[in-house]
Amino acid sequence: MSNIRSAFANGKAFIPFITCGDPDLETTAKVVRAAAENGADLIELGIPFSDPTAEGPVIQGANIRALAGGVTTDKVFELVKELRRDIKIPLVFMTYANVVYSYDAERFMARCCEAGVDGVILPDLPFEEKGEFSAVAKQYGVDLISLIAPTSENRIAMIAKEAEGFIYIVSSLGVTGVRSEISTDIGEIVKVIRENTNIPCAVGFGISKPEQAAKMAGLSDGAIVGSAIIRILEQYGRDAAPYVGEYVKSMKEAIIS
Amino acid sequence: MSQSKGRFGVHGGQYIPETLMNAVIELENAYNRCKDDPDFNRELTELFNSYAGRPSLLYYAEKLTRELGGAKIYLKREDLNHTGSHKINNVLGQALLAKKMGKTRLIAETGAGQHGVATATAAALLDMECVVFMGEEDTKRQALNVYRMKLLGSEVIPVKTGTATLKDAVSEAMREWTSRIDDTHYCLGSVMGPHPFPTIVRDFQAVISREARAQILEKEGRLPDAVIACVGGGSNSIGSFYHFIPDEGVRLIGCEAAGRGIDTFETAATVNTGRIGIFHGMKSYFCQDEYGQIAPVYSISAGLDYPGVGPEHAYLHDIGRAEYVPVTDDEAVNAFEFLSRTEGIIPAIESAHAVAYAMKLAPTMGKDKIIIITVSGRGDKDCAAIARYRGEDIYE
Repeated sequence: MSNIRSAFANGKAFIPFITCGDPDLETTAKVVRAAAENGADLIELGIPFSDPTAEGPVIQGANIRALAGGVTTDKVFELVKELRRDIKIPLVFMTYANVVYSYDAERFMARCCEAGVDGVILPDLPFEEKGEFSAVAKQYGVDLISLIAPTSENRIAMIAKEAEGFIYIVSSLGVTGVRSEISTDIGEIVKVIRENTNIPCAVGFGISKPEQAAKMAGLSDGAIVGSAIIRILEQYGRDAAPYVGEYVKSMKEAIIS
Repeated sequence: MSQSKGRFGVHGGQYIPETLMNAVIELENAYNRCKDDPDFNRELTELFNSYAGRPSLLYYAEKLTRELGGAKIYLKREDLNHTGSHKINNVLGQALLAKKMGKTRLIAETGAGQHGVATATAAALLDMECVVFMGEEDTKRQALNVYRMKLLGSEVIPVKTGTATLKDAVSEAMREWTSRIDDTHYCLGSVMGPHPFPTIVRDFQAVISREARAQILEKEGRLPDAVIACVGGGSNSIGSFYHFIPDEGVRLIGCEAAGRGIDTFETAATVNTGRIGIFHGMKSYFCQDEYGQIAPVYSISAGLDYPGVGPEHAYLHDIGRAEYVPVTDDEAVNAFEFLSRTEGIIPAIESAHAVAYAMKLAPTMGKDKIIIITVSGRGDKDCAAIARYRGEDIYE
């Protein structure tokens, strides 16, 4: 069992997402530390990709800014190694299949293991295609995180049975981004997951407000927030760390209260 | 563990968000029900013949043959189809399939605008809603086609992300499909994307080689020595190759857009310059950097300006069954003008890439040899851009 389980040991988990290198890696390091100090239970670190097809405009923007700043997969691994000197909470990469494939999946997972990355989320890698990545991930003790969507229906049990680390429940149709309302029956999805596995599940896509996070975490084991944090980075740039810290604190308080 | 589907050697597969998985499974099931259904095929053939103008001519280009002084050249005239290109073959098939699936709305990506126009046309004919995503850069290069789509009742959404060309239009169409699946079919325009698209689009485009093979046997009593077609994603070329694949003696040649040359960064010649990767739902060859970031490709032709290639082409390349050659902007523009003058046929700038390679190949072959070039589309849409390329400003 990986370190990821520990993120769900202290009540409901709050999981922020941060694109590495937006606007530069020094800022990312500060933002990650601010999030960890203010109650983040697990952090998703995005390795930027040129064409992030599962992202809405906000995270697309973060990817573009990061790549324009010269971030590479190797530099992200260096960042994680540096963060691991003091950051103890689980860290998970979120990127696209081609970033891992072009790096060579085995070499990528070996470096994850060496740097202290606990899991990898690849939104363009569905259940049917995970074999070529999951075998090497397992070899290096890295969890390949599965996603379940509002349209998964008859597929939920199959995915849950083989899931590792935690399950990422996609709250809504469409791409990432802030939404005013989430209409999917998350409770029903969680029920089927629970019948098939005991690993934790967290809800992401569209969550920005404390009350939304509280509701989604209430229905599952945690809440994932991306675009709302990227917006803070968009607004404050290199000075974003304290603002992200404050935001994370308010969200964590909302979901455990 | 479930098995990966839709493989061509190591290529293909279904690398898409979980949100879309049931949609592509539903599509695959519907297609499997329809493809051997006599009623579906009768309806599609009726549309092909009475609406799209099939079968398309296989025309002996006598003057071109004489000018080049080598192999005998035939042109497979997909430019004569309704809407002016081969794209209508796939679109009529997919729109009919979507209709059978109870879908009421089509979305599509387009580069040059040919696929967008074809989709808008099918939507008009079959009473469906239609939204076309087109790179903003391409809406400028192909303003006339934007107007045609709107005239046909479609909405055209200019895509401003990334390089604002075909790849970004595909990404945006995929994003749109993820957000609205119930009533919407993504009418993908090439033999790319996740399974079952590469197979479905190939099957609908295979009408090109089914006809061409029968036509050349009737005219010449034998098979051709080479079949030449342009390759972006690769739909007209796979359609042109498909029924000749078992005929080992027939060379299959795909012409990629080399842009300003394969030794520059301004190229879209994927097989010649790319590496294996995973993007837009498939494993195949892609133009990318060492970290797997997709490269901003370039070609004068908006329809070939794509950083990937369909997985079946990647496989035909791997096993050596088809050859993929680069053709530069300059060569394509020369061929565009040459075919116009010699045969009175203005080819699409995409198709001109195939003509350009034939101009090099034909003179090296004996007069007893036969080449078929697929003229995938007509070139009216390109006239303003080619005039600009030659330093002449004309108003459309």
